[in-house]
Amino acid sequence: MGKRILEGTHFMNGDEACAEGAVAAGCNLFAGYPITPQSEIAERISVRLPQVGGVFIQMEDEISSMAAVLGGAWAGEKSMTATSGPGFSLMMENLGLGLMTETPCVLINIQRGGPSTGLPTLVGQADMMQARWGSHGDYGIIALAPSSPQESFELTIEAFNLSETYRLPVLVMSDEVVGHMYERVDIDPDKIHTVERKKPNLPPGEFLLYKADENLVPMGMPAFGDGYKVHVTGLTHDERGYPIINAETQQENVVRIKDKIYKNIDDITHIEETAMEDAEVVIVTYGISARTSLGALNLARDKGLKVGMLRLVTVWPFPESIIKDLAKNVAGFVVPEINLGQIVQEVERAVCGEAHVKSVPHPGGEIHDPRVILSAIEEVLAHAN
Amino acid sequence: MPTKSKALPTPEVFDDVRHPMEKFLRMDRLPHIWCSGCGLGTTLSCFTYALDELELTDADVGVVSGIGCTGRAAGYLNLDSYHTTHGRAIAFATGLAVAKPDKKVVVISGDGDLFAIGGNHFIHAARRNVNMTVLCVNNFNYGMTGGQFGPTTPIGQRGTTAPYGNFENPFNLPYLAASSGAVYVARWTSLDARRVKEAMIEALQRPGFSFVEIVSPCPTNYGRRNRIGDGLDELRYYQEKTVIKHGSDPKYADLGPGKEIAVGCFVDQPRPTYLDLYNELVVEKNKFEKPSA
Repeated sequence: MGKRILEGTHFMNGDEACAEGAVAAGCNLFAGYPITPQSEIAERISVRLPQVGGVFIQMEDEISSMAAVLGGAWAGEKSMTATSGPGFSLMMENLGLGLMTETPCVLINIQRGGPSTGLPTLVGQADMMQARWGSHGDYGIIALAPSSPQESFELTIEAFNLSETYRLPVLVMSDEVVGHMYERVDIDPDKIHTVERKKPNLPPGEFLLYKADENLVPMGMPAFGDGYKVHVTGLTHDERGYPIINAETQQENVVRIKDKIYKNIDDITHIEETAMEDAEVVIVTYGISARTSLGALNLARDKGLKVGMLRLVTVWPFPESIIKDLAKNVAGFVVPEINLGQIVQEVERAVCGEAHVKSVPHPGGEIHDPRVILSAIEEVLAHAN
Repeated sequence: MPTKSKALPTPEVFDDVRHPMEKFLRMDRLPHIWCSGCGLGTTLSCFTYALDELELTDADVGVVSGIGCTGRAAGYLNLDSYHTTHGRAIAFATGLAVAKPDKKVVVISGDGDLFAIGGNHFIHAARRNVNMTVLCVNNFNYGMTGGQFGPTTPIGQRGTTAPYGNFENPFNLPYLAASSGAVYVARWTSLDARRVKEAMIEALQRPGFSFVEIVSPCPTNYGRRNRIGDGLDELRYYQEKTVIKHGSDPKYADLGPGKEIAVGCFVDQPRPTYLDLYNELVVEKNKFEKPSA
């Protein structure tokens, strides 16, 4: 049996680190379709999974990839797919099935410039709202945004853990620069924590497939052939999993799959703070844009400007209350992102007029020039004074 | 022109009579939603009898379906059952099948689900020879949404979206399945319940991608709009037109009004499955450990 955890220090790109993170987390099934700039994930995991007793399957498209991942998950395996913009659009249908059927799995999006075919080989972060709202209907979602290969490894493991804990597909919203960037990746088995699937706590006949615990999460998940004779449907369903087409069941079913995320937002949220102690202006950002923002933060500090940064490692659920509390004590926020202003809308919503919010948009194709972010910081400070 | 059926006597109700295949049915989900005269009830019964004859249990078999009238089949079977998205049953089943190589995965869905929106998944799963049995109930239209024409509607037949008659060429399903690589391909009508059951038994025993088409009446939509009459009239029509053609070239098995309905087993030709080849060419060749079952 090959090693699941490649202990040691490596030089690898973010895509490869995602693949290694998946294997380390216990992923046994990857179903995917080639697309730039995620292909290195599929290539790496097609080498690795057969070594550890797993299966790599290249499907006919991204629709079937997401469907096969759900099938693999219900067969009892930790399953994953990875894609980029156009494929992400195709996966929205079965992402919805995964959310409705509360199926643990991981979907990685190495974002490129869009819309449509857009910039296949160049960076973008313009799928962030699609990550939140892309599949039809209401639901809660979890999306993580790595900003380095090291974090690509760690957050892929974290995505599997969150998917098992909260019973839903978890998104890793990386981007082309992080995906293709080569850096040092340290893999220390002692630092790896994995969450295994919760099996039913009751025997068949007594167990209810969608009976939720105090965290609003279903109590356990039987695999195909475990003897539970589950019925799993994308239709609105009751605790047994049986379709019930009425407003009362919709209320129970859909409100719970949204609330289970927001009730547990404090456990899910992971934010990294930099130089926040005396910050008057706060950069709120994520993914590769946090790397460029760090450059801007240093330039600002060199000029004596009191700037800090909140890096959203968890972008969804959006940490609304943290931003809201902060808004009372700072002059303003600067939100750089490689899109025309997506997460900034969430910041504005949370700030609710209490402080100035400045978007630093970029249509994609390259990362921000830190000096542009610096100008935005100066503008916010000028506005405050 | 089929003769009009006589009025049926009111059936007596026997409270103490149980369905002999109750062990395979979710009795708390019955009665089902299917119309009287539809072939889906027959098909579902045949499937349960096939499982019974093969002595298969819920530990051995899981069912996946897509969306539509046939898509509801999974919900009535007391097995691990997965009611997925429109057209994606085979793709979902692929994940189940590769992760559970020792179990039977059965896809039960309709002609629109499997061959219009799901057509790409069908041909690729057949090409890969993924270990699954696909049962297609072909009623020549989209029944659940009200009778629109579909990928198997014969030329000239009407649907709610083919008010002047369908002018698109339909798929010949056994021919499509055979040319995509299915190891077992059969067609029967829902009139031939015993043959349907036997074909299901054969399909379930074949390793790899097996396919059975069950031609079925849709008296509420297709039958009514095309003046075929009720369910019984359509079964009489099948009786008149059915010709058993085991081993014949499925290329000539296309269906159409007034034409013969070629039925039988068209293909029964084993070849290595997806996992056979994966194990041989990837796992064993490189001395890896076999995928965990």
